[in-house]
Amino acid sequence: MSTSRLINGVEVASHFRDVNHQYSSNKEGIWLFMVTEILMFGGLFVGYIIFHSLYPEMFAEGASYLDWKMGFVNTLVLIFSSFTMALGIYYNQVGQPKRATWALAITVLCGAIFMVIKYFEYTHKFHMGIFPGRLINPEMMAEHGHPMQHANLGMYFGFYYCMSGLHGIHVLIGMGLITWVMIRNIKGEFNPKYYTPIEGVGIFWHIVDLIWIFLFPLLYLVG
Amino acid sequence: MANNQSHHNDHGAHAEPHVTPLRTYLNVGAALFALTFLTIIAHVFKAHYLPLAPFIAFGIAAIKAFLVMAWFMHLKYDEPSNRVIFALGFFGLAVLFAFCVIDIFTRVAQGTVL
Amino acid sequence: MGHSSGKSYIYEEPGLKSWFTSLDHKRIAILYFVAVMFFFLVGGIMALLLRLELFAPNTSANVGQILKNGDAYNQVLTYHGAIMVFMVIIPGIPAILGNFFLPLQIGAKDVAFPRLNLMSWYVFMLGASLAVATFFASKIDTGWTFYTPYSIRTGSSVVMMVVAAFIMGMSSILTGLNFIVTVHRLRAPGMTMFRMPLFTWAIYSTAVLQVLATPVLGITLLLLMMERVFGVGIFDPKLGGDPVLFQHFFWFYSHPAVYIMILPAMGVISELITTYSKKTIFGYTAIALSSIGIAAVSFFVWGHHMFVSGQSELAGVLFSFITMLVGVPTAIKMFNWLATLYKGSITFSAPMLYALGFMFLFAIGGVTGIILAVTAVDVHFHDTYFVVAHFHYVMVGGTLMAIMGGFYHWFPKMFGKMYNELTAQLSWVFIFIGFNVTFFPQFILGAKGMPRRYFDYIPEYEQLNKISTVGSWLIGIGFLFGLYTIIRGLTSGAKAPPNPWGSKTLEWQTESPPTMHNFDHDPIVTAGPYEYK
Repeated sequence: MSTSRLINGVEVASHFRDVNHQYSSNKEGIWLFMVTEILMFGGLFVGYIIFHSLYPEMFAEGASYLDWKMGFVNTLVLIFSSFTMALGIYYNQVGQPKRATWALAITVLCGAIFMVIKYFEYTHKFHMGIFPGRLINPEMMAEHGHPMQHANLGMYFGFYYCMSGLHGIHVLIGMGLITWVMIRNIKGEFNPKYYTPIEGVGIFWHIVDLIWIFLFPLLYLVG
Repeated sequence: MANNQSHHNDHGAHAEPHVTPLRTYLNVGAALFALTFLTIIAHVFKAHYLPLAPFIAFGIAAIKAFLVMAWFMHLKYDEPSNRVIFALGFFGLAVLFAFCVIDIFTRVAQGTVL
Repeated sequence: MGHSSGKSYIYEEPGLKSWFTSLDHKRIAILYFVAVMFFFLVGGIMALLLRLELFAPNTSANVGQILKNGDAYNQVLTYHGAIMVFMVIIPGIPAILGNFFLPLQIGAKDVAFPRLNLMSWYVFMLGASLAVATFFASKIDTGWTFYTPYSIRTGSSVVMMVVAAFIMGMSSILTGLNFIVTVHRLRAPGMTMFRMPLFTWAIYSTAVLQVLATPVLGITLLLLMMERVFGVGIFDPKLGGDPVLFQHFFWFYSHPAVYIMILPAMGVISELITTYSKKTIFGYTAIALSSIGIAAVSFFVWGHHMFVSGQSELAGVLFSFITMLVGVPTAIKMFNWLATLYKGSITFSAPMLYALGFMFLFAIGGVTGIILAVTAVDVHFHDTYFVVAHFHYVMVGGTLMAIMGGFYHWFPKMFGKMYNELTAQLSWVFIFIGFNVTFFPQFILGAKGMPRRYFDYIPEYEQLNKISTVGSWLIGIGFLFGLYTIIRGLTSGAKAPPNPWGSKTLEWQTESPPTMHNFDHDPIVTAGPYEYK
C-alpha cells in the first residue's frame, strides 16, 4: 500500500526510507528501462550489419540516395538538444528553474527541427518513389533518372525507414515527455532537492541522441 | 533501525547527487560538435583510406557515445550498479550479434546460405 | 493474531472499484490471479479439445473427429499455445505469487514502483484482450512462434496478435524492472542478498531475464509487422531476407522465456521442500547462485530450437554443447532438494505432494531435454511428439505443479483461510496420474515418429493416442477438484493462523492475511531464511 509523507519538503512514498532512497531507486528503474531501449534498437542494428555485409553493393546503392548533409545538420541539432537537456537538469540542481524552463523549451524546439528535416528527407524520397520494401516503385525511380539497380533495394529502405522511423517515434515521445516536465517545472514542482522526472526524461533524451550518433554513420556514411 | 526518517542516511551507499559544473557541459558539447565535424571531414576524404573508413566513422561515433554517456547521462558520477546495468544491455546485444554472425557466416562458408 | 493494528488488505478499502485502482502489491497479485485463472480455463479447454480430436484417426481425408477440419485444429493449437505461454505460465508465478510474496519475503512495504505495478496489470489485460479479440477477427494459425515466411503470407490476423504479444511483453518488462529494483533497494535492515528466501532469488533471476530478453522480442515482432505491412524482406527469403534470422531473434527472447517459466517454479519448490521437511535447506548458496547461473546460460543456448532449420553446422555444435551446460545448475538444484529431504521430518500435505511431483516430473522433462540437445538425436526427434512430451513435462509437470503447490502453500496467507486437505490431495492424485498417462505415451509416439502439430495420424498410432486422451480427462478432473478446493476454502475454510506450517520466512511472521502495510513493525533480519532446528 502506497501512501506518502513529506521529508525535507519532498514527497516520499511510505515504502522508501528517505529522499535519497527514493531517488536512487527511481534512478535504477530508469536505467533498467534504458537497457530495454538499447536492446530493442540493437536488434535492428544487428540485422542491418548482417545484411550490409551480405549485400554490400545493394546497401551502397541505397545509401547513395541519402544526403549526408541533412544527416549532418540533424546530428548537430540533436547534439545541441542533448546539451540543452543537460542544462535543464543543471539549472534545477542549482536552483534556477526559470533558466531550466528555457533550456527545456530549446530542447523541444531542437527536437521539432530534427523532425522537420526528417520530414523533408522522407517526402523527397516518397516523391522519387522510394518506399520501404515491396512498396518501392522502380518506374517512378526511373522517371526521376535513378533506375533501380538491385532487385531487393526495398530491403535497404525497409531498414532505413524502420530504423529512422522508430528513432523518429522516440524523438516525438521524448518531445512530449520534455514538454510534460517543462510544464511541471513552470508550475514550480521541482527544486534542487527534487528533480527526478527531469533527470529521467533527460536520460531518455540522451538515449535518443546516442542511437542517432550510431545511426548517422551507419545509414549516411558507410555506404 | 530505530528512527529512519532522519536526514543522515545510514546506508551510506547513496550519496547526494553530484552537480556537474556548467563549464564541463560546455566542454563536452564543444567536443561533440568538433567530433561531428571530424566525422564529415573524414567522410569527404574517405577515398584515400577506403577499407578503414567504416572503422574511423564508428570509432568517432564510439567516442561521442562515451562522452554523452559519461557526462550528459551522468554515468561517470552515478552508482557503479547503474553502470553495470547499462552495460548489461550492450552485453546482451553483443551475444545476439555474435551468435547470429557465427551462424550466418559459417553458412556462407558451408555454401548453404539463404 | 488478536491485537492487530489494522484490517487485512482484503477489507482495508471496500468496494470493487478500490480493487481496480489499488496500488497495493497484494491486491494487484489477486487481480493477476483472477485473470490468469480465466485464461488457464480457456487454454485448458482448448487442450482437451485437441486431445479429443486426436482420440482416433480421421476416417476421411479432411474431416476431423471433433474439430471441423485441419484449419480449425491449427487455430485451436495456436491459441492453446499462445494463451498458455503468454497469458498463463509467463505471468503465472512472477505476477501472482511474486507480486504477493516478494515484498513480504524481503520485509518491504510494497514493490519499488506501485503505480507501475498496477499499470503493468492494465497493460497485460490490454494485450490479452487484443489477443483474444483476434479469435473473433480472423483466427491465427501460425503456432505461438509466428515463424516466417508462413506468418508473412497467411491470411489470419497476425498483425493484431503480434501487437498483442508486444503489449504483453511490455507488461512483462515492467514487472521485471519493478522486481529488480525492489530486490536491490527495498530489503529490510539485515536482509542481505544471501539471507533472501530462495523464492525471491528465483523471482529476481527471472526478472533479469524479463528485462534483458523481452526487448528483442519487441523488435522482432515489430519487424514481423513491417514485413506484413510493407514487405521489407528482412525475414523473407523471396526478397533476399533470411527466415532463420527471424528464428534467431525470436528464440533469443523465447528461450530465456522458457526459463522465465521454470525458474520461479524452482523457487517455489525450494520453499516447499524446506518447509515441509522442517529442515534447513541444503546448499542454500548453491541453489541461489544456480538460479543466476541458469539465467545466464539461458542467453547462449537459443539455437537448439533451430538444429534442423538450416543454421550452420558450427552454430549447431556450439549451441548443442552450451545447452548441455544448463543441466549443471539444474542438477545442483535437484540434488540439493534431495539432500534437504534426507532425514527431514516430512509432512505429506498437498503442497509437499506437488513439490515431490515436480521433482519426479521435472527430472524426466530435464533429462529428455539433454537427449534433445544432442544434434544427431534431435534430427530424428525434432517436431515429433517426443518434443511435445518433453516440454509438457517441464512446463506442466514442472511449472504448473509448482504453481499449484505454491498456491496451496500460500493460500492461508493470501486469503486468511485454510483449504481442505483431502480434496487438495485428491486433486493432486488425479493431476499427477493423469499427467503421466497423457504425456508419457507421447514420448513413445514421438520416438516412433509421430509428427507434432497435425490433426490426423496413421492408424498405427491409435492405441497410444487413445491412452493419452484418456489421461487428459483425468487431468481435467484433477483441476475440477482443485477448483472445488479453492472455492470451498474461500467460502467456508477455517480461519488461518499466521503461520500454519511453522515456516521461517518473513511472510509467515505477519498476520494472515497481511495488513495493507504488510508488517505492524518494520522487520529487522538477523539470520538466514531457513533456520530450522
